[in-house]
Amino acid sequence: MLSWWKHAARIVATILLGGLLGATLLRVAPGFGIDDEELDPRLSHASILALRQNQPGENLLSFYFHHLTRLAHGDLGFSRTFERPVSQLLRERAPETLKLVGLGLLLGWTLAFTLALLTTTARSWSLDLGASVLSGILLCLPAALLALLFLLTRAPVRLVLALIIFPKVFRYSRSLLARSAAMPHVLTARAKGLGQLRILFWHVLPTAAPQLLALAGVSVSLTFAAAIPVEALCDLPGIGQLAWKAALGRDLYLLVNLTMIVTTVTLLANSAADVLGHALTVNPS
Amino acid sequence: MKSVRTVAVLFLAAMAIACLFASFLTSSTYAHQFRDIPDAPPSHQHLLGTDDLGRDRFARVLYGTRVSLLLAPAAALLSSLLAAVIGGIAGFTGGWIARVIMAITDLFLSLPWLLLLITVRALMPLNVSPITSVIITFALLGCLGWAAAARVVCADARSLVQSDFVLLARASGAGGLRLLCRHIMPNLRSILFAQFWISVPVFILTEANLGILGLGVAEPLPSWGGLLRELESYSSLTAGPWQFVPLVLLIAVVSCFQIVLHKQELPV
Repeated sequence: MLSWWKHAARIVATILLGGLLGATLLRVAPGFGIDDEELDPRLSHASILALRQNQPGENLLSFYFHHLTRLAHGDLGFSRTFERPVSQLLRERAPETLKLVGLGLLLGWTLAFTLALLTTTARSWSLDLGASVLSGILLCLPAALLALLFLLTRAPVRLVLALIIFPKVFRYSRSLLARSAAMPHVLTARAKGLGQLRILFWHVLPTAAPQLLALAGVSVSLTFAAAIPVEALCDLPGIGQLAWKAALGRDLYLLVNLTMIVTTVTLLANSAADVLGHALTVNPS
Repeated sequence: MKSVRTVAVLFLAAMAIACLFASFLTSSTYAHQFRDIPDAPPSHQHLLGTDDLGRDRFARVLYGTRVSLLLAPAAALLSSLLAAVIGGIAGFTGGWIARVIMAITDLFLSLPWLLLLITVRALMPLNVSPITSVIITFALLGCLGWAAAARVVCADARSLVQSDFVLLARASGAGGLRLLCRHIMPNLRSILFAQFWISVPVFILTEANLGILGLGVAEPLPSWGGLLRELESYSSLTAGPWQFVPLVLLIAVVSCFQIVLHKQELPV
């Protein structure tokens, strides 16, 4: 129970810290507090001064406080690039990203974990080499380039994310499973004549489960980050494309809010993996 | 495995030398336009042909390799130094200072790397000179890529603080600063060296990602990201195989780094 509270407190503290960082970035960014209307050549100096007085001139802490209050009321600000409320943009685009990220995670993990299990149990030299070469080449390809190659070959672009997380998940899960398989109790079980599957499901997987869960948490963050170039280049109307367009348009409110939301999601995923891993460590059965 | 590693090191050295002496290997510069032969196929004058603006593709690949291959280590050096200072202080002091520093590190680690880079890059002016864009891109990589390394350094510094030789140094009257600079930091060298080499391929790939998205090094200065962005305008993979040279080079260089780093686990 204490672990849950600790995790919750850590998440809240990190989000608040992230909010402060975001608000600081907004506040110190060039162009903060300057209205487009100031560029109107017909305005006199007095009118420009009057316009500036209407702009938020508060210090960082009060700016942060107001920023948080607005966030608490569900007001994520207004996007200058899209000329619409940020919350509305997020509502429209979140399903596309969730679908893309979910599919990527599912396929990537299935492929990587199956191959890791096969290489650990089969102990085939050729299979291990083939999987290592494939994951090695995929590790050398940035997400944006993989998306471009998929576009060029007219391959289904929704599979790109699976190939991006595949090499990382495969390499880590293979080394975790290999480490578990070499532990003394597994060797004893093998010496006692237990079957391959029984050893795998009763002795190898439970030992590696906490680290595998932690890897699952990290892979959520990886997939969200990779979704940005994939959505931007493949013209998929998701949150990643929104972040890219916001960056090109210097839409800071939108960018900082997006960063905070994605951070919250990844923190929740990591914490869930941590808590679950902890529970499995305490009670392996 | 040792011979493969030697080949990888030799390849990386050859690439570094080739890009350093780019001006000797090609007569044209990366920005010079041969306006009468845009999109030309490979020839004796232009080994990899020309791009759609008539610029020599071989020269652009060489100079682009120079930007990516030499500045990624510079960014890695910056991030390793930051990790040494931040992680070293956290591990040495302990207590609430370490907790605050580690909370900030956790925050950086929980932010998706590319999103953080894009956000901070957007805060900087986008319409800048090519040289400024190079400095901004690689300085950002260096300044934002320290978190994972700092965590490792902190853990190592903490175990060093509790070691016998530090206890002896403390007993013989060594002050905090002397302990940190003369006893802790020198023993963190191997960890920092490993973190430096692990960061280099990560930064090369991140620059490529940013470049393809149009947020990296500005034209006309080439970088691997910028050169790979040209693939966006191609209609098929078979149209001009020589156009894929930057892609092959990127895979070869990052693979070589992986082979060299084989014994160290790469960060996720």
